[in-house]
Amino acid sequence: MDVLKKVPVREQDAKVRAANFEEVCLGYDKEEAMCEASRCINCKNAQCVKGCPVAINIPGFIEKVKEGDIAAAYQIISESSALPAVCGRVCPQESQCEGKCIRGIKGEPISIGKLERYVADWARENGVKPASPAEKRNKKVAVIGSGPAGLTCAGDLAKMGYEVTIFEALHEPGGVLVYGIPEFRLPKEAVVAKEIENVKSLGVKIETNVVVGKSVTIDELMEEEGFDAVFIGSGAGLPKFMGIPGEQALGVFSANEYLTRSNLMKSFDENSNTPIMRGKKVAVVGGGNVAMDAARTALRLGAEVHIVYRRSEEELPARVEEVHHAKEEGIIFDLLTNPTEILADESGWVSGIKCVRMELGEPDASGRRRPVVIEGSEFLMEVDTVIMSLGTSPNPLISSTTKGLEVNKYKCIVAEEDFGATTKKGVYAGGDAVTGAATVILAMGAGKAAAKGIDEYLRNS
Amino acid sequence: MYRIIKAEELAANIYLMDVEAPRVARSCQPGQFVIVRMDEEGERIPLTICDYDREKGIITIVFQVVGAATEMMRHLQAGDSFHDFVGPLGCASEFVQEDEASLKEKKILFVAGGLGTAPVYPQVKWLHERGIDADVIVGAKTRDLLIMEEEMKAVAGNLYITTDDGSYGRSGMVTKVIEDLMESEGKSYDVCVAIGPMIMMKFVCLTTKKYELPTVVSMNPIMVDGTGMCGACRLTVDGEVKFACVDGPEFDGHKVDFDQAMKRQQMYKTKEGRDYLKAKEGDTHHGGCGNCGRSD
Repeated sequence: MDVLKKVPVREQDAKVRAANFEEVCLGYDKEEAMCEASRCINCKNAQCVKGCPVAINIPGFIEKVKEGDIAAAYQIISESSALPAVCGRVCPQESQCEGKCIRGIKGEPISIGKLERYVADWARENGVKPASPAEKRNKKVAVIGSGPAGLTCAGDLAKMGYEVTIFEALHEPGGVLVYGIPEFRLPKEAVVAKEIENVKSLGVKIETNVVVGKSVTIDELMEEEGFDAVFIGSGAGLPKFMGIPGEQALGVFSANEYLTRSNLMKSFDENSNTPIMRGKKVAVVGGGNVAMDAARTALRLGAEVHIVYRRSEEELPARVEEVHHAKEEGIIFDLLTNPTEILADESGWVSGIKCVRMELGEPDASGRRRPVVIEGSEFLMEVDTVIMSLGTSPNPLISSTTKGLEVNKYKCIVAEEDFGATTKKGVYAGGDAVTGAATVILAMGAGKAAAKGIDEYLRNS
Repeated sequence: MYRIIKAEELAANIYLMDVEAPRVARSCQPGQFVIVRMDEEGERIPLTICDYDREKGIITIVFQVVGAATEMMRHLQAGDSFHDFVGPLGCASEFVQEDEASLKEKKILFVAGGLGTAPVYPQVKWLHERGIDADVIVGAKTRDLLIMEEEMKAVAGNLYITTDDGSYGRSGMVTKVIEDLMESEGKSYDVCVAIGPMIMMKFVCLTTKKYELPTVVSMNPIMVDGTGMCGACRLTVDGEVKFACVDGPEFDGHKVDFDQAMKRQQMYKTKEGRDYLKAKEGDTHHGGCGNCGRSD
């Protein structure tokens, strides 16, 4: 064994998986996990923990894996995270825990994500649940949204003994874990549903089909339904479009719509009642994780798929692993390329996109080199489906119906960073509703911080 | 689960159901809608709110059988349940926010086409309860497809019924009634609210534009989540992209790009959509595909 290298993780063959929706990464077995864990040098001043938004005791749980005591490892992770099986799969470890790992200075860092996943999967398969809450506290908290921020906040508050109800707008809990991230990256039944069960086993109630801001307002929850505090984790919101001609043509979708049809409504399955466009040649515009998810979904539905991104590979906001997987599966990357118009046939369906080639100029406000159009480079790409994956802008449903809740110039809810307090007393917020579209783990970190803030608030009120 | 208290057929292929949904009943306003799912595998189907009883916690929905999902839905009986019933979605009608005194000054004309009678009803009723009697035009293809005549009569100022084939009431399209009222029957209005098939709303808007009569329409595009997440329901209003589920469903009819909206509504009724529907529905095919001459 080469201690400088990670124990490789088994994956479904790229050719095989390009035609199915089963999980790409197969994870470690016990022997592999223990072997990988043995690479950890158990730093006194563990940098990895500092890189983790929910501050899992990483050397602690890895030590237990090393000893083969997986149940103990699971309890250590559970102290900090309500969703380890999710995080082990979708966290950008390379820029967080693993990015700080001392082993990574000379050689590869410890495969912390894969170890976390192994421990969480083992616990699920062996029926090990997180430890039950302490004594009951006679206070009620409403959590809006059952995505990563809401589930984490609810789980932590329940562990502190609070009575927690999550209100979910859709018919199924999970938020982006269910409607956004595809099955092949995050299995819904086997992983997400089970993690939600764990949160429920802590005593958290989940009421689906409640659109807070419409079905009931935050003020009503607090004044009429007796909630002492509220956490808003309502997620990102409305999809952005480019504003180029032809965007309303048939066959142009937001990544949110495309992924929601496939993931939440299961339209990848022939037996689903919800239709999805099975394109032959698909252009996905954008370069983030959501773009990769949409592209790899379209590929599995039988299309030739192009990622169209206006900057170069270096600037792709998606995780390296996702880009790598996408390439392996045969996604074509048209980088330094920007659409200028979507063309439609006589019946209104997409027939192609006009694009221009770009080159990188001076750095812009984001620090990335600004893409500049190359004169006379216009060309036509023939496609029948276009998926716009350009991010989202905040949903006004809650901010517009809650008295005294301030939003910033981007319409994101203003929340103080350390504990998520908003401008309204007793109301906390975190996740994409506050930051704009970000990652699962950052939302979880915000949910966790807000749970602390709410606890503090309720103890003093 | 959301229990059905009452289920009845109002006209051929048009059904009314009373459903227990206390949260929706407590907070809904005229102009809003709901999304339902019949069972765990069901599609999310946006439906009109036709009436509500806040005390009993009941929402009345009316729907027309247009596709596979509504075909299955029509078989639901009192005592059965919807798996999911979420709402109210969308914004309330503008007049709900308006000052009552200034509202009383206004002469309002409602134009309902076919199933559009159902969402018009709670608006007219809401006004009636505040002492404002609006005139209402109800259009139907034929007498047998006319719904809620008695209910509407009870809350409307003047009720003008017209059928395309002249089998009941006046004869001809709703646009003809608007013209008759404005030109030969001495009527004038401050605002018009038109709800019905997109093609009807388009022509109502062309007609009211002649009289410079401000017109509100309620758009019913394809939707998935209905909460502002997916963007499927986007349409162009005054050159800007709007989402019917959070910005609407009501918009200034003179600014809506109807041709585009109608095209988008056909998304699953053309090409792949058609093939898909055909394959899906097999022998049970019952219209809605745009393929077989039955347009709705």
